[in-house]
Amino acid sequence: MFSRSIAALAALSLLGGVSLAEAADKPTDPQIAHIAYTAGVIDIDAAKQAIAKSKSKEVVAFARDMVRDHEAVNEQALSLVKKLKVTPEDNDTSQALTKAATSERAKLDKLKGAAFDKAYVDNEVAYHKQVNGALETLLIPSATNAELKSLLETGLKIFQGHEQHAEHVAAELK
Amino acid sequence: MVSKRKLLLAVTLLLNMSAVPAEAETLQVTIDKMAFSPATINSKVGDTIEWVNKDFLAHTATVKGGWDVMIPAGKSASLVLKSAGTVQYYCRFHPNMKARLTVKP
Repeated sequence: MFSRSIAALAALSLLGGVSLAEAADKPTDPQIAHIAYTAGVIDIDAAKQAIAKSKSKEVVAFARDMVRDHEAVNEQALSLVKKLKVTPEDNDTSQALTKAATSERAKLDKLKGAAFDKAYVDNEVAYHKQVNGALETLLIPSATNAELKSLLETGLKIFQGHEQHAEHVAAELK
Repeated sequence: MVSKRKLLLAVTLLLNMSAVPAEAETLQVTIDKMAFSPATINSKVGDTIEWVNKDFLAHTATVKGGWDVMIPAGKSASLVLKSAGTVQYYCRFHPNMKARLTVKP
């Protein structure tokens, strides 16, 4: 499951502590760039599904906010990797994220109306929480390039904002 | 040397200034990396708040049940303060961005 893979990622970094910083599987900058970009694409795709399926004004507005923000962040990420001459590198984490997101989208696709809205928004809360955990405990500490680290730190603040925004929408749906 | 006429003018201006309330000002709040700065601002009715958004994201300055100002990415937006009081405002898109505004009568 999607959430499980990121949770595992976060847990791994928590367990690893200092030793993880020296571990061979600590993500490199090209991998971090790929993971961050992939996480953004996943949320954009989820939002597009919500825009197409939801009848709730609040949910659609929230989804549009997600598309706008994540596209803006990914645009920044692309221009940064171009500037740094870094080629984002596909990796197991990115693939696990994409695979889990694909099955989550298929699951949501079977739902309708209020059930869809609730599942989408709840997943947005959980997803941002998990991505933020991974950013805080693994991706930001592992990033070596200062500009990449700074963009990830700004990204963390943005996604913490999204997490709260999603929580507000979830509260309104109840 | 200061001429009598100029002196008189200066005194008149001073008197005028003390007689009328302070002029309305424009106060600037910068938004950079997901934060309003300054996060606390003191103003008075008639002042204008101008938010300068340096982020690559759109933000809002919103008071629950009150005003709502859209501030597009890389742009500015402003609001003329019409009523006195202290309000907490936040960004609707990123509710972790918060600030406080005090408006004196």
